[in-house]
Amino acid sequence: MESWKLKMENDQKYSQLSTIHSQFSIKMVTVNNIVKAYNKGEVKAVNDVSFEVSKGELFGLIGADGAGKTSIFRILTTLLLPDSGTASVNGFDVVKDYKTIRKNVGYMPGKFSLYQDLSVEENLNFFATVFNTTVAENYDLVKDIYVQLEPFKTRRAGKLSGGMKQKLALCCALIHRPTVLFLDEPTTGVDVVSRKEFWEMLKSLKQQGITILVSTPYMDEATLCEHIALIQNGSIMSIDTPYNIIKKFPDTLFAVRADNMGRLQNALRNNPQIKSCFSFGDFHHVTMENGKLRMENLVTSLKNDGFNDLEIKEITPTIEDCFMNLMDNK
Amino acid sequence: MENEKKIGNGKLKVENGENTFSIFNSQLSTVIKADKLTKRFGDFIAANEVTFEVYAGEIFGFLGANGAGKTTAMKMLCGLSTPSSGNATTAGFDVYRQTEQIKKHIGYMSQKFSLYEDLTVIENIQFFGGIYGLSDKHLKEKSNELIETLGLKNEAKKLVASLPLGWKQKLAFSVAVLHEPKIVFLDEPTGGVDPVTRRQFWDLIYQAADRGITIFVTTHYMDEAEYCNRISIMVDGVIEALDTPANLKQQYSATSMDEVFYKLARGAKRSE
Repeated sequence: MESWKLKMENDQKYSQLSTIHSQFSIKMVTVNNIVKAYNKGEVKAVNDVSFEVSKGELFGLIGADGAGKTSIFRILTTLLLPDSGTASVNGFDVVKDYKTIRKNVGYMPGKFSLYQDLSVEENLNFFATVFNTTVAENYDLVKDIYVQLEPFKTRRAGKLSGGMKQKLALCCALIHRPTVLFLDEPTTGVDVVSRKEFWEMLKSLKQQGITILVSTPYMDEATLCEHIALIQNGSIMSIDTPYNIIKKFPDTLFAVRADNMGRLQNALRNNPQIKSCFSFGDFHHVTMENGKLRMENLVTSLKNDGFNDLEIKEITPTIEDCFMNLMDNK
Repeated sequence: MENEKKIGNGKLKVENGENTFSIFNSQLSTVIKADKLTKRFGDFIAANEVTFEVYAGEIFGFLGANGAGKTTAMKMLCGLSTPSSGNATTAGFDVYRQTEQIKKHIGYMSQKFSLYEDLTVIENIQFFGGIYGLSDKHLKEKSNELIETLGLKNEAKKLVASLPLGWKQKLAFSVAVLHEPKIVFLDEPTGGVDPVTRRQFWDLIYQAADRGITIFVTTHYMDEAEYCNRISIMVDGVIEALDTPANLKQQYSATSMDEVFYKLARGAKRSE
């Protein structure tokens, strides 16, 4: 409990600092009212999206498949034209100045897009050469990641393991020392251990002053970013620091557990005083209608329903709770 | 401390101190039985003497890091890959000799492949129903029922490609259990969907389990591991742990499955 409190205090201080910081800092990415539709306007992939990313920041776009994350990345990396709205990267317009932007940003798409039949070393050299530089010149930036690949430097990229491919793709996106790094779902389908490792790498890149825009469908990764945008169906539902988004959660949240979780969920969902009930691992997360029902009442009513080993506690919402709450309000 | 876990028609007695299972209800039947199941690719042992059982009506979580050997093991159990050594039966059929029988009695769904995008909803249902050998009459009834319960009446004649991902996944799951298989294999079924749809998907899983269909599921979401009756965690080709989520947390002094997984898989030498 104590360490948890300390963490919240730290997060709060950090959140305030980063808000102040973002007010005075240079904007590396600016997006104003971007709209992008496909199928003759039938599918609105990006619907009036606006946000800013400050210099040196780690900014996360958090949302499921089809939320519009990849379209936003492709617009910002000048690979796709928006239908309307404007956007700039490092002060350059994504439409007019596309050539300058392409020279200055690094992009790691969701799909593995290195040359499968070039070796590790050849891929890295190739990308350095394309950007008019050498591996030696920027080696300090990729060194920590590349040393892990070095034993396999003569292996073809197509023959690498998933984790290794991901590391090589990151090296190739970094080798020209980009001002802004775009990472589209770098951790999708990756196990918990490798995901943790990848975020450690991002942290150390951030310390070297690179601005990073990253997207992920994993809500638990959101707290590792300084600012996040929660995105669903092409629209941003909320943008803020993770701490502030959690603080804005409108209800008191309870975690409930009993011996029969399935029956408990049905009982909670059928209770008119319960506003929402979602399963979260070994607990159900529950909010109450208008805050009318008190925890004691809930305990009594559930005990009357014959639930044993009942455990109820008030908890701090996670980003996933916030995300589902925002979805519900739409 | 002792507790009993109801699984399908049977009961499983879990003795916490021992972390062993004792089956005391003869109704409890085995749907998967793997005994030292091994697959070698040259010098590389992808799955190394994998031994475990899955019981009827159970939701069994098959976890592991990328490259731990999950897909290899699953392919052998589905009759798609011949083991190098060891024995296994799925739905009572031998993985060496009765692979066609296995395929008829299982359902399969993965995030990567499940439905044909350029067929309509109804065409997909009829295609897969036909493959699984449902009669025309039975299939017609089943498709109407399915479209009704999934609320897809207005979308029945639309291409699957035009459906939102969440609907696709619910449809894919329903198609995979259309023929009421003994067991359904779900390979990362909830990857990429929003958190509400992900939970709705699990409602479908529970419903199928209640009908007696055994669920064999892989996932990278550790909260979903908690929804399983039992979980195995594979590391470097070997099943390192197998128990109920509660027992695993106790055994590894962890507060969450995330922590259990991390403790076990951290030492892994292989990746995908």
